[in-house]
Amino acid sequence: MKLKTALMGAVATVAVAQMAYADAHEGERGRDGEVKIIYWQAPSILNPYLSGGTKDIESASLMLEPLARYNASGELTPWLVDEVPTVSNGGVSEDLTSITWNITPGIVWSDGTPFTSADVKFTYEYCTDPESGCAQLTKFDGVTSVETPDDLTVVVNFGQPTPFPYGPFVGGESPILQAAQFADCMGAKAPECTDENFGPIGTGPFVVTEFRTNDVIQMVANENYRDPNKPAFASVTFKGGGDATAAGRAVMETGEFDYAWNLQLAPDVIAQMQEGGLGMPVAGFGPLVERIMLNNTNPDPSLSDEERSVIRPHPFLGDPAVYKAMSMAIDRPLLVEIGYGQAGKVTCNWVPAPAAVNSDTFTCDVQDIDGANAMLDEAGYLDTDGDGVRETPDGVPMSILYQTSTNAVRQDFQALIKEWWSMIGIETELRNIDASVFFGGDPGSPDTFQKFYADVEMYANTFNGTDPQTYLGNGLCDKAPSPATQWQGENISRFCMEEYDALHAQLTTTADADERASIARQLNDMMVENGGMIPLVHRGRLSAHANSLGGIDLNVWDSELWNIADWYRTGDNR
Amino acid sequence: MTDVSQQIQPPLDPVEPAALTEKPRNQWLDVWDQFRSHKGAMAGLIFLIFITLFCAFGPLIWDVDPGKLDIRNKDVRPIYTVLWDGDAKVSWARPMGTDHLGRDIMANLMQGGRISLAVGWTAMVLAILIGTLVGVLAGYFRRLDWGLMRFTDLVLSLPILPLLLVMMLLFRDPLRAAFGPETGIFILIVTGIGITSWMQTARIVRGDVMALKEREFVLAARSIGTPPRRMITRHVLPNVLSPIMVSATLGLATAIITESALSFLGLGFPSDFPTWGKILFDSVDRMVAFPERVLWPGLAISLTVLAVNYIGDGLRDALDPRIRGM
Amino acid sequence: MLNYTIRRLVLSIPTLLFIALVIFLLLELAPGDPMGQMPLTIPDDVKQRMREALGLGEPWYTRFYLWLYQFFIVEPQYWIDGIFGTNFADGAQRIISFQSRSPVFDTIAERLPQTLWVVGMSYVVGVAIALPIGIISAYKQYSVFDQAGTFVSMIGFSVPPFFSGVLVIVIFSVQLGWLPSIYDTTHQVVDWETFKFQLQQMIMPVMVLALQTTAQVSRYMRASMLDNLGQDYVRTARAKGMSESVVVMRHVLRNSMIPVVTVIALGIPSIFGGAIITEQVFKVNGLGQLLILALQGADIPMVMTITFLLAVLIVLMNLIADILYGVLDPRIRYD
Repeated sequence: MKLKTALMGAVATVAVAQMAYADAHEGERGRDGEVKIIYWQAPSILNPYLSGGTKDIESASLMLEPLARYNASGELTPWLVDEVPTVSNGGVSEDLTSITWNITPGIVWSDGTPFTSADVKFTYEYCTDPESGCAQLTKFDGVTSVETPDDLTVVVNFGQPTPFPYGPFVGGESPILQAAQFADCMGAKAPECTDENFGPIGTGPFVVTEFRTNDVIQMVANENYRDPNKPAFASVTFKGGGDATAAGRAVMETGEFDYAWNLQLAPDVIAQMQEGGLGMPVAGFGPLVERIMLNNTNPDPSLSDEERSVIRPHPFLGDPAVYKAMSMAIDRPLLVEIGYGQAGKVTCNWVPAPAAVNSDTFTCDVQDIDGANAMLDEAGYLDTDGDGVRETPDGVPMSILYQTSTNAVRQDFQALIKEWWSMIGIETELRNIDASVFFGGDPGSPDTFQKFYADVEMYANTFNGTDPQTYLGNGLCDKAPSPATQWQGENISRFCMEEYDALHAQLTTTADADERASIARQLNDMMVENGGMIPLVHRGRLSAHANSLGGIDLNVWDSELWNIADWYRTGDNR
Repeated sequence: MTDVSQQIQPPLDPVEPAALTEKPRNQWLDVWDQFRSHKGAMAGLIFLIFITLFCAFGPLIWDVDPGKLDIRNKDVRPIYTVLWDGDAKVSWARPMGTDHLGRDIMANLMQGGRISLAVGWTAMVLAILIGTLVGVLAGYFRRLDWGLMRFTDLVLSLPILPLLLVMMLLFRDPLRAAFGPETGIFILIVTGIGITSWMQTARIVRGDVMALKEREFVLAARSIGTPPRRMITRHVLPNVLSPIMVSATLGLATAIITESALSFLGLGFPSDFPTWGKILFDSVDRMVAFPERVLWPGLAISLTVLAVNYIGDGLRDALDPRIRGM
Repeated sequence: MLNYTIRRLVLSIPTLLFIALVIFLLLELAPGDPMGQMPLTIPDDVKQRMREALGLGEPWYTRFYLWLYQFFIVEPQYWIDGIFGTNFADGAQRIISFQSRSPVFDTIAERLPQTLWVVGMSYVVGVAIALPIGIISAYKQYSVFDQAGTFVSMIGFSVPPFFSGVLVIVIFSVQLGWLPSIYDTTHQVVDWETFKFQLQQMIMPVMVLALQTTAQVSRYMRASMLDNLGQDYVRTARAKGMSESVVVMRHVLRNSMIPVVTVIALGIPSIFGGAIITEQVFKVNGLGQLLILALQGADIPMVMTITFLLAVLIVLMNLIADILYGVLDPRIRYD
């Protein structure tokens, strides 16, 4: 055993995949001492229902667990239940209006009390209380009631047939809270429960001993965890703050930390860090897509607030020749190489994952400046006054304002794309806006991405879980932000097509998985084909772990720390 | 030591000291002579002229577009790298190398210098003007003191980030419409930095003025009925010049650096406008592999500040009649 | 002087209330929204309900009044309860942060130790180095010492901490492996070993910050000393046969302190404002990081409370500076 450990250490130091040894690594709880995790965005609260931030959800996932969650390949996996209910195993009713979960017997909270269906029901009540301001309310969309026939059975009833009933209590965003602990924290009182929000009692592998908001969390192994041999680590230090570069350096170059989350850094910077030899990056792909949204309305600054980005159409962006030429002029493989490296892939689709919904209609991996120029020439967009910028047939110069949030990679993309568009006679003015303003949604600010007071804007968006129905709903006509809705709404490009709305309605009533995927692909194609957006890069999540840390299985569908109970130390090379 | 007549406090009021010497000699020539004898100041002046010419006229000679991307020639090392690394990727066409998107670093330094120097000087001058004005008024006129100093407290207390965000919100679009995107944002940034950095100067000047006001020569001047306006320009200002010079030097550095911090927060120039601070900031992640990218902008900022500091020292000495007479 | 001090203290109350109002209105007007940090996957109507749960549905004057009430009535009650075990507060709502939903003052108290250790220490170190440098530089103007001092401090001042901080990390943490690059805020100093570790993790941020302070203070010290060294009273004192050290240290130094006192007094509130960039580079997570995160997250109660506390310090420190002027130069009179 001793020899084997030594060998394993040697293997780990040369950074060969040590996953193969996972099974060999067994032992008692807490045998591997401390594991140190760094998130450059610091967790501010450990209650996912009061904060939708990824940092908060993922740090809370060490304590709080859902009934079922997605594994690293995006499949639903039972977690606190015996099996995932489906129509075929009778867990989901034939009319798709209810789902029955059977809790695994014997699960206890970290304080030793039994985990029961009452806790599940309480969680539903906690989040849906009208005064609580619950961030995960959409998880409970359509739920009419939660019943508890006995201590280990939960029945969730929906108001109408729900083909995808895995919203409530599934995934890291919707874990179960302990009813006894949060009983006095309902509704308006939710924010007053600081102790509860900072130290939730859970069923997970760790228990909070100290929580400092926006700084650090100290945790120890849960004595009452259901698997007596897990977790391998006796304690966790979860540090937050700083920036992605510093986090990557702490894992790969100085070895101070074992795991660094979401290193949004240029690939050459990651490669340089990797030369430090102490850790390595891992990447995984969810449905996150960096895209350029095309404004389907007119953002002309001379229009009034009631008209700007409300009245249709855009002077020229609505013409397929224009947006197709703009897309053809972009060298996507180069964008991936410059910006994301192994954490990026070329995509022509709005919904590139899961694989079943990834459409193969378009190809866009070759830049074609000449083709784009020809297309614009043919459509009548010519540079009539010889200033290098084309004019529309009506004489409007093709100058566009291109905005995005402030971020090194996005600014590089802006520079590259501006250059390519200038080659096809489109003049671009760049603007970058502080992310807290851009994504802030303050109706008083002209710079929010919802207001879209620009011709094109770039950002990334994704969805939770594996079902794209709600996400595809972002293309519906009535979701367009406007003064009437205080500029709220998810249809940022103001894309609007009757056929799209109709097809989406059909998706909401279709139950068959293959059929759903096929409709999703068609919706994706419609959006891209008709000038809703120009997809650029399918972005992955890139995190880094120390070579001496084993058991990592990067999960982009759920919390990244979903399997921390299985993590272990591979050797003694620290 | 020199004789007593020249030791008497600054130019002795209405009677010009020039009348005492035989040949009326322009006092600015004296200042220049004294300044010229200060080696540091001359070196600083020469460097400042050089860097200004480099940025102002460099792009006419080195006419590479700083924003031009040349992705095939990215990460080119500066030409001198060959001296110790024969295999380095270098090119005579890119004497200082290129960045990670293939932009020419020399062209960027020139273009960046234009903006950084313009922002630095303008914001600094603005801050010094406001600061000196507020400081002198508050220090000299007791009835203005309370109001002006509480106003200073107020501005000191305002969080800068929201203040700039509000300025952006209110003025960006009107300025953009009136002056175009570049000049508009320039005015906004310069004003933003200027109006948030005058308070230290104001407090220092006020403190000195309050002490000066009680000195014998000021009392003497006042007792012969010198009007306040003349008192301030003739007696007070020349004597608070040295802290103002220090504020100006430090203010220049602060303005150049603040500009880069603003771009980092998304409040500065659009990303296609290089500035020294921003080039430096963007290159920090690649500092180990490409030290030149932090070295050159860093040196440019530091040497400019150092040059201004020495010029300030020289000017202070030159303008001080006690030293000049020696 | 006492009269003056009392009058100033009394008058600072309306001043501070006015400052509070201006800050509040500024934050109101600034774009940015507490929901800006939420993922895009949360739909807008849910965000709207979360805003309402934070109390953002109320008009601004109601929220301003509530903040004033909580700051001046409720929070002191909690402190009294904490000290004497009484129950004045009776469960009244404290000032709650939007981001963490926890009492703002608890978080500030949590951040104070590392802020004082790092930023406070750097200020003390910076001033302690700066004063002698400034004095010697002026006394031996254009000596090698003066030239070197000028050179180092100006270079130090013009190199921004986002660069110098990372540079020292690359040298001392990555290449040499001597010092930790990430500050451990939970570290407790109990014995020699832990104290040594505390020194190790402090030294880089303290030095990077102290360089800035040193540069500033020493320049003002030098300039002011130079001004005074040429004055008539210095010659008079020397002519009277006073020793050189008495002339310089007692007369010149005292008269040169006015600008230096001003700068030092202005710097003290900024200790508590933290050092945003340096804290970020070294992950110190002090008050500076708290403030910048609150600003980015539009956490109005947190920003409001921290900036108001800073405003109190600014007003106080400037009052102290004004009183010190009178002590340093008795000719300055306020009455």
